[in-house]
Amino acid sequence: MTTLRFRPLDVGRWFVWGTFAVTLALLPLVFRQGFALTLLCQMGIMIIFALSYNMLLGQTGLLSFGHAVYMGLGAYFAIHALGLAGAGRLMLPVTLVPLAGGVCAALVGALVGWVTTRRAGVAFAMISLGIGEMVHAMSLMFPAFFGGEGGVSADRVVGAPVLGISYGPAIQVYYLIAFWTFISVAAMFALTRTPLGRIANAVRDNPERVEFIGYSAHAVRFRMFVLSAFFAGLAGGLAAINYEIVTAESVSTVRSGAVLLAAYIGGIGVFFGPAIGAVIFTYFQTAMSGITKAWLLYLGLLFIAIVMFAPGGLAMIVLQNLRVLRAGRLGRLLPHYGWAAAAALVALAGFAGLVELIYHTAAAGAAPEMRVFWTTVRPFEPGAWLVFAALLAAGATGYRAAWRRVRSAWDAVQREIGPA
Amino acid sequence: MEFLVIQTLNGLSYGLLLFLLSAGLTLIFSMMGVLNFAHASFYMVGAYFGYQITRWIGFWPGVVLAPLLVGIIGMLVERYGLRAVHKHGHVAELLFTFGLAYLIEEAVHLIWGRAAVDYSVPASLDGALFTLFGSSFPLYRAFMAATAIAMLGAIYLVLTRTRTGLVIQAALSHPQMVEALGHNVPRVFMLTFGGGSALAGLAGAVGGPAFVTDPGMAAAIGPIVFVIVVVGGLGSLAGAFIASVLIGLLQTFSVALNWSLAGLLDIAAPADTFLGEVLNLTLAQAAPMLPYLIMVLMLIVRPRGLMGTRET
Repeated sequence: MTTLRFRPLDVGRWFVWGTFAVTLALLPLVFRQGFALTLLCQMGIMIIFALSYNMLLGQTGLLSFGHAVYMGLGAYFAIHALGLAGAGRLMLPVTLVPLAGGVCAALVGALVGWVTTRRAGVAFAMISLGIGEMVHAMSLMFPAFFGGEGGVSADRVVGAPVLGISYGPAIQVYYLIAFWTFISVAAMFALTRTPLGRIANAVRDNPERVEFIGYSAHAVRFRMFVLSAFFAGLAGGLAAINYEIVTAESVSTVRSGAVLLAAYIGGIGVFFGPAIGAVIFTYFQTAMSGITKAWLLYLGLLFIAIVMFAPGGLAMIVLQNLRVLRAGRLGRLLPHYGWAAAAALVALAGFAGLVELIYHTAAAGAAPEMRVFWTTVRPFEPGAWLVFAALLAAGATGYRAAWRRVRSAWDAVQREIGPA
Repeated sequence: MEFLVIQTLNGLSYGLLLFLLSAGLTLIFSMMGVLNFAHASFYMVGAYFGYQITRWIGFWPGVVLAPLLVGIIGMLVERYGLRAVHKHGHVAELLFTFGLAYLIEEAVHLIWGRAAVDYSVPASLDGALFTLFGSSFPLYRAFMAATAIAMLGAIYLVLTRTRTGLVIQAALSHPQMVEALGHNVPRVFMLTFGGGSALAGLAGAVGGPAFVTDPGMAAAIGPIVFVIVVVGGLGSLAGAFIASVLIGLLQTFSVALNWSLAGLLDIAAPADTFLGEVLNLTLAQAAPMLPYLIMVLMLIVRPRGLMGTRET
């Protein structure tokens, strides 16, 4: 990614990872409210989860619809470990509980993966869906392990504080999550540079040829699967510590779908893509859901738009524009971007307004007045509907015109820079 | 005895309804190579359309119009959505339908709310068809089965007796050749997708009153339909039929049986341990898990499914 390379010290790499570490350390000082801290904790967990998912989808070409199984089971094992540690029957510091979740999830992954990774493509996707549904169905059948409807809970404060750290206050949990996030992201990135990571990419692109040069595609997929399950379980362990409760929802297909959405929106072709997706997804899930009930609709639209128009995800969009920036030609595109963004915002405002109106009027006993975008409107009279519909139409028309200009300017710039 | 008869009939009618769903899914898959994640969503849309038209006009117009509307939506989705994604490959198509399933669920939330709607059996179909030793078989279940069988016959006739059907069959195995002979294969794709969606819509409009019509119905039945298509063999209508009836019977019977390992082995297992829970688990409790267990075993032992001709 970066061209800054000085031997023996790789300045570019130290700069990127140093910035990442410093950002993780400083974030809670910038976002001081309790809500922001909760959000940051969830983002850290989701980043690990989404990156572990991308070890399968982006790096090995395995589309999984049941990845939540490993995060969920990791969380269950971690919460049981936490409970045992609290009862004094297990000598395990809380700091290492996520590791226990990861190891247990990796064992489950080894058991399941040995069979499922024999095949890739649609067959793997279907088996993963089946196993996801099966584990979710099991979670309500065996209350001794899964805790039934109420789930399993435990106290994350175990024993006396070590060096003043008890993991009682949320800020200490944040730094625990930040610590493991940094370690996991670094480990997962390092893995992409190992022979295993490289051959996994080859298995993704052409498994037959990999077999011809003497590797077993099954063995490579299996190893990546187990490692991916490990990091998913680690994320689950962190979630168990963060919430102090694990329910059957954590192994559900809804969670599996969520991680697919997050990873794909961010971009599966770039290492840090799923991390971007994880941040956006968590933001939608927690912050946006407080603003509108239709947050999943907007997220679904974003996902479909990415699938249809930018299969590389947001990360690829960023990288392509960085390439233009490096060639010194981004300035020519920016005005067009500005117009397109403005038009898109107008269209989005109109669309969001209409969605809110529909939501409001569909509910039984709806009030005659409601607030949309800081103004009071009357949803049962045509005025507001017409205004929002006009905004949507005007925005969409403007966007089409602006997009044509973006397109032609983009093509011209790409011709000048030459192929990547 | 009456338990056996009534449960078999219930299982058959449920299995036939499942076949309405899996037939469309397997047709779409074998022709376009797209595993349509939104298929169960079309089933849900069919049920909601049926409910809405029933409220406005009546039940019978609903059963006819709802599938047609769903079919039109399906064709629009293929024409303006899937066709654009096609160039990015099958995984992109699968992901597109995956996202579509989210959108449809949210749209249903938006329009009809999050609670179940009152889509009930019409008065003319209410009541029992016959009563056997005190157990009755509902008339509506028989109607459901009859509709499914009629559609099954119609699909068979369309596929084997009409020109379009022959082109569809040819496009299943040799799409390039069919295109070279001058047929409009993208249009055939659109018709197939629309037809498959209409079948799902019909299943919804007919099945909605028999089961529950709520925004969770797609997520509840979708995985089961996938199981059927995989177990039957991707791309095989006959396999889908056998698997549908099999899963229908399995689900109907297993929820009514209280067999457990501890009971079969005639031992008393302690209730509060994990092993005890496994041994004490009754077939009825394990019922939600069984279809997936069968699917996983099938994919391991015989990946092409019961009647499939190609490896998945």
